[in-house]
Amino acid sequence: MDALGQYIINGLMLGMIYAMVAVGFTLFFGVLDVIQFSHGDVLMVGAFAGLAASLGVAALGITSPWLQLVAVVVCAVVVTGLLGAAVAHFLILPLHRAPPLNTLLATLMLGSVLRECVRLFYPDGANPKPFPVLLPTSFIRIDGFELRVDNLILLLAGLAAIVALHLLITRTRLGLAIRAVAQDGETARLMGINFGAVVLLTFALGSGMAALAGVMNGLYYNEINFNVGLLLGVIGFSAAILGGLGNVYGAILGGFLFAGLQVLGSAALPALVPDIPSAYKDVFAFAVVIILMAWKPTGLIAERASERV
Amino acid sequence: MTFNSLEGDERGMTVRVNKLLTAIGCVALSGSLFTASATAKEVVKIAFIGPLTGGVSSIGLGGRDSADLAVRLRNADPKTKYQYQLVPLDDECKPNIGVQVATQAATDNSIVAGVTHFCSAVAMATVDVYHRFNLPVVVWGAVLPDITYGNNYKEIHRVNGTMINQSQVAAKFMTGLGYKRFAIIHDTTDYGNGHDKYFSAALKQDGGQILADIGVSADQQDFTTELTKIKALKPQVIYFGGLTPIGVRIRTQMEKLGIDAQFEGTSGIKSDAYIEGAGATLAEGSLSFLEGAPTDKLPGGAYFLSQYTAAKYSEPPEAYGAFAFAATNLIIDAVEKDGPNRRKVRDTLNHTKDAHTIIGDVTFDDHRQNIVPLVSKYVVQDGKWVIWEDSAYAKGTKKLKGL
Repeated sequence: MDALGQYIINGLMLGMIYAMVAVGFTLFFGVLDVIQFSHGDVLMVGAFAGLAASLGVAALGITSPWLQLVAVVVCAVVVTGLLGAAVAHFLILPLHRAPPLNTLLATLMLGSVLRECVRLFYPDGANPKPFPVLLPTSFIRIDGFELRVDNLILLLAGLAAIVALHLLITRTRLGLAIRAVAQDGETARLMGINFGAVVLLTFALGSGMAALAGVMNGLYYNEINFNVGLLLGVIGFSAAILGGLGNVYGAILGGFLFAGLQVLGSAALPALVPDIPSAYKDVFAFAVVIILMAWKPTGLIAERASERV
Repeated sequence: MTFNSLEGDERGMTVRVNKLLTAIGCVALSGSLFTASATAKEVVKIAFIGPLTGGVSSIGLGGRDSADLAVRLRNADPKTKYQYQLVPLDDECKPNIGVQVATQAATDNSIVAGVTHFCSAVAMATVDVYHRFNLPVVVWGAVLPDITYGNNYKEIHRVNGTMINQSQVAAKFMTGLGYKRFAIIHDTTDYGNGHDKYFSAALKQDGGQILADIGVSADQQDFTTELTKIKALKPQVIYFGGLTPIGVRIRTQMEKLGIDAQFEGTSGIKSDAYIEGAGATLAEGSLSFLEGAPTDKLPGGAYFLSQYTAAKYSEPPEAYGAFAFAATNLIIDAVEKDGPNRRKVRDTLNHTKDAHTIIGDVTFDDHRQNIVPLVSKYVVQDGKWVIWEDSAYAKGTKKLKGL
C-alpha cells in the first residue's frame, strides 16, 4: 500500500506537470497551427525568473514563505507571459505566411538561445540551483502511507489552474475569441475580433501555464537547472500529440498517460526483464506513444474536423 | 671503507688504538674521495613523458619538474652509483603524438625506463610500444583501469590509483563503519557503469549486501519512481555512481520521499556545485572519494613540498607531481639495485612491495598496479568538503545516517 500509494502520487505529480506543458502546445497549435518548440525552454526561463524573485524577496528581508510564493508565481507568470507574447509577435506572426517548417526551426533555435542564455548569464547557471522550500513539509498519514502536504497542494494548484483555463476558454469573451480564431482566423477577423491581440494573449496564456508548471517542478524537486525544459518540452509535445493536437482535454489526458507509462516503465520493466537499467523507462514510454499514434494518428481525442493534423 | 664504519667497529677499544684507527680512517676516506672524483659515474637516462604543451600542460610541467627534482636529489647524494639524467618528452595529451615520443624513448637504448603519461587515452595508446621495445615504464597520472588491467604487459606499472581502487576504498570504508545494506544508483555512461561494476564487486567481497542496482540516464530529472522502489527495501546507504547534476537531484528527491539513508557518492560529486545545488543542509554528511590527496596531506608531502620550493621551479607541482616524483624514485631504486639493464629493472619493478615513497607504501599487484594507492575520503561538513580524518564525523561529534 505504502509503495503503491507513492507510485500513484509520483505519477500524478509528473502527469500534472506534463499536462500543463502540453496544454500550451495545444493552445498554440489551436490558434495558429504552429508548433512552438521553445515552449519547454520558456518554462525553464519561468522557473529561473521565479527563483530570482524568491532570492530578491528574501534579500528584501521578507521571510514569510507565502509572500515569497506569491512573488515567485507572479514573477514567473509575468515574465513568461511577456516572453510568450514577444515570441509570438517577433517570431511567429512574421513567419505566419512562411512554410510551417520555418516556424518550427526558428522556435527550435530560440529554445537553444534561451537555454544557453540562462546557462551563460544566470550567475553560475551551468550548475543545478536549489529551489526554495516554500510549502509545508509535513505529511498526512493514511493507512501507513505518508502523503506529503506540499505534493497535495501542488496537485490541487495544478488542477485549479487547468479548471481556470477551461473556464476561461469556455465561459469568457476572451475564450470565445480564442475559439473563434482557432476555428477560422479569417472569419474571426471579419467578425471584428482583433486577431493579433488574441494570438498574443493566447501565447501569453500558454506560456504562463508553462511558468506555473516550471514553478511546480521547482517546488516539487527543490532543484532546477538550465536543461530542465528540454525533456519537459519533448514530453509535453508528445503528450499533446498523443491526446490530439489542438484539443485541450486531449493534452491533459496525454500528459497523465505519458507519466503513467513512465512510472509503469521504471517500476514494472525490471520485474519483466532482469538487469534492465531503469533508464529504459523513457524508451518504453516513447515506444508506446509511437504505437498509440500509429493506432490513432489524430490523437486519442481527435478534433471533429481533423484537417489540421 | 668509510670513517663511520671503522669508528663503529672499534667501539670499546682503548683510546690509543682508537686514535690510530681514526687516523687510518681519515686516510682511507680521503683516498676514496679521490678515486670517486677521478672516475666519473656512468650516466643513466630516464624518460619523462607527459603533456608539456596544450590544455593540461600545467599538470604535465608540474610532473616533469617533480621527476626532475627526484633526479636532482639523487644526483646530489654521494652514495648513488650512477649519474641520472631526465629526458623530458611532450605527448601533448594526444594519442598519436604519444605513440611517436614513446617510440622515440623506447628505441633509445641509453634510456633505461620511463615515467609516463597523465592522459588516459595516450597511456592506452602507448602500452603496446613499451611492450614491444621492452621499456619498463611507471605511469604517474592516467586513471583508466585498462592501462594496467586491459593487458598483461610486464613493462607497464602504475603508482596512482584507478576507479577500481576508489571503489575498493569506498566499499571497505563503508563496511568498516558498520553499513551492511546498500542500494546502488548509477548513470549508464562508462563512468557510472565502471563505478557500479567495481563498487559492487568490492562490496560483495567486504560482506555488504546490494538490495537494488539501478541504472539511470545521465540527464534524467525525476528519480521518484526509482527511489520509491529503493525506499521499500530500506537500505542503510544509497550509493550513487555518477556526476553532480543528478547527484543533486537524487539527494533532494531522497528527502522528498522521506528516505533516511546515508548518501554516498563517487569522485563525480566532489564539487562545490553539489553542495550549492543540494543546499548545505541536505548535502551535510554526504560522502565522496577521490584518487590522490592534497599534496600536503601525503605521507611525505611536507618533505616533497619543501624540497620542491627550495629547487625554485617556475611551475607548481600540481595534483600529480608527487606521483611523478615517487615513480622516478622507484625507477632509480631499481637501477641502483640492478644496474642500467631494462629487463632487470623491469623485474625489480614488477616485484615492488611495501616500497616507502612520499605517496605512502607502494605495492604492485599481478598487473603491476599499485594496490595501496591513495584515495582520500571526503564528507560534507557545514557546507564544505572536508577530508574524513579531519571531520567532526571521524571524531565522533557528528554522526552519519543509518548507523
